[in-house]
Amino acid sequence: MRFAKSLTLLKSAALSIAIGLSSAQADTTLEFIQWWEPELPSGALRQIMDDFEAQNPGIKVNLVSGPYSATRDQIVVGAASGTLSDVVGLDGAWVNDLAKQGAIAAMDDLMAGADFDKSQVAAIISLNGNSYMFPVASFVYPVFVNLDLLKNAGIDQMPSSRTEFVEAARKLTDSDNNQYGWVLPLSLQAPNGIQNDVMSWVWASGKSMMKDGMPDLTNANVVGTLEYIQSMYDEGLISPGSFAKKEQDKVEEFVNGRVAMMVDSLAHINLIRERNSDLNFGITALPAMDGYDGRRGLPYASWGIGIAENSEHKEEAFKLVAYLMSTEVNAKLVSIANAFPGNVNATPDFVAADELFGTAFEIFQTGYLANEFVGLPVAEELMRMLGVEVQQMLEGNQSAAEAAAKAQAKWAEEF
Amino acid sequence: MAHREADGALFATAVTKNGRRSHKNSRRGAALPYLFVAPAMALFSLLMLFPMAMVFRYSLMDGAILRPDSSFVGFRNFREIFSDEIFWQSLGQTLYFTIMSVVFHLLIGLTFALMLNSSRVHPMVRNVLRVLYILPWLFTAVIIAIIWRLILDPNGVINGYLIALNIIDFKVEWFSSPATAIHALTFVNIWAGYPLYMVSLLAGLQGIPKEYYEAARVDGANTVQNFFYITLPQLKPIITSIALLDFIWTMQVFPLVWMTTGGGPIHATEMLSTYTYKLAFTRYEFSLASASAIVIFVLSMCLTYFYIRHQRSTANA
Repeated sequence: MRFAKSLTLLKSAALSIAIGLSSAQADTTLEFIQWWEPELPSGALRQIMDDFEAQNPGIKVNLVSGPYSATRDQIVVGAASGTLSDVVGLDGAWVNDLAKQGAIAAMDDLMAGADFDKSQVAAIISLNGNSYMFPVASFVYPVFVNLDLLKNAGIDQMPSSRTEFVEAARKLTDSDNNQYGWVLPLSLQAPNGIQNDVMSWVWASGKSMMKDGMPDLTNANVVGTLEYIQSMYDEGLISPGSFAKKEQDKVEEFVNGRVAMMVDSLAHINLIRERNSDLNFGITALPAMDGYDGRRGLPYASWGIGIAENSEHKEEAFKLVAYLMSTEVNAKLVSIANAFPGNVNATPDFVAADELFGTAFEIFQTGYLANEFVGLPVAEELMRMLGVEVQQMLEGNQSAAEAAAKAQAKWAEEF
Repeated sequence: MAHREADGALFATAVTKNGRRSHKNSRRGAALPYLFVAPAMALFSLLMLFPMAMVFRYSLMDGAILRPDSSFVGFRNFREIFSDEIFWQSLGQTLYFTIMSVVFHLLIGLTFALMLNSSRVHPMVRNVLRVLYILPWLFTAVIIAIIWRLILDPNGVINGYLIALNIIDFKVEWFSSPATAIHALTFVNIWAGYPLYMVSLLAGLQGIPKEYYEAARVDGANTVQNFFYITLPQLKPIITSIALLDFIWTMQVFPLVWMTTGGGPIHATEMLSTYTYKLAFTRYEFSLASASAIVIFVLSMCLTYFYIRHQRSTANA
């Protein structure tokens, strides 16, 4: 009797294991490493993944989430050891190094195999003709202006050209009362000020720091921009302490009314409102060179996505990438993130609900996404190299042309 | 006779058995200490020796970690590091930062320890001071960096007071100016690190027998003589130990430097630690970074040698 019972138990256990194994074999589990989940409302990204799983039976998604810097370190290690997650959240600045390492896969064949319409992607990041990254969500960087300070200074319209910007900064600066026209973060710890607050002036006028895929920092537009910034610095229109200032310090000074204008990410609108609900501020496109009336380049940071070369489930991984880039899902995701879509046909719902975001969306639609650091080798180090030379220039140790030439020489070694 | 033979055989067997047993026991006894330390040695090898060996191997290779076809290049990475002027600047600044930190840690720590040990200070005041003086030790490097970045901001408290007192007439950019950044950073590190000395020296002061001071008083020694001829010699072993340890630790300080200045402005606060970090994680030059790390390791080992020699001489005394 006891033996019969044991036999039945064994049989059922074997059956359960067999069922379990067969279902496990049928399912493909994708690992998706990114830093987005902690930056979104709790459960929002998981919900999107659940919807994807429901539409794609047999594919499960395991989210590997962490803060930006920890995720970057994990990706560097994963790329080196060949254990990178199937789907990888990417910053444009990492793409070149990861692609050269052979850690991320070119997605062209996958796109062709899935009949994916690549014209719907806002800006595919390519290297040597191969597509490595899609921007899922973009955070553009317009100029934030303290409207009360602007009014008090007797300025009745947003600055649109460089000359207007300097004149406004001059009127808005009152150093005796700790008030300055502009803020320029140049910390070498997080050197993205070079990208967002320095080079953005070049891109806003439709110009470039590159030529034929190689650095071209010595061109007149870049040197002219550096001279322009130096003139504001020498005139005392920039808040002091630039060399150790980071992005969060810049936002803090704007929130406190110490600086009247800053170049900053749209992602900070809600943060600024939370920190100072009385602050009356608006946004405008980054001023262009006098007389320029073409389309303006908008600096941006993005949540990019790519596929690991070592993934054994590339087709399934691309299904997830395509799902996140689809019009409806992309609009939903960027609406939650207060970002602009990677799919050109998607319209986030916050645009209609919030006047500031509406203005930003207009700027976004009339300009184009411009960030030439995306896809460059050791992009962060390039920013740091230029940052050192810009600091030397602002210290009075060299001219703008010398700073550009020295940075150019350092950059050339990395290409 | 037959009995005798039988007894003798029995005896011989017993001896042999006992002899084997004792031999076996002595071997076990000899192996026992090794067995006790085996788990610790295994962990030490896995967590310390193996990574160190790997870093040393990377330092002799080209394109370590990133390139699957990385090859042995001898000491080329070291030559490249040594030919970089930023490396030598970092080394000089690291030494300045470390020496100043250790000296002032000692001076401030000793002063506060003497104050807390003094019977001239009211016990209530001493208790309050004890809490206040230990405060820097309670903060992590990140918190310390945030606090001091705010205090030393051009619009911060320090400049506010200095301007109000007419000591300065402009906003000093403490962390932003190449002229002041290294001194500001060293000051913050001194502030963050003196409690270790204070606590250790206070313990040392409380262990000095009172009879020494009574005898000195009978001999007519004054306070200064007491300090130089009793207190300081008695504290010497503690001072030497913590100063050497502090030297090793401070030479490797990374979070505070990274969070306050990131090695800037320009390269004014570049330390060996930030220099190595940048090589590894922003330039992805893991071979050069490993070579730089080995240089830090060798410098630390030199100091560790003096530390161990000092510990041995103390133990023998």
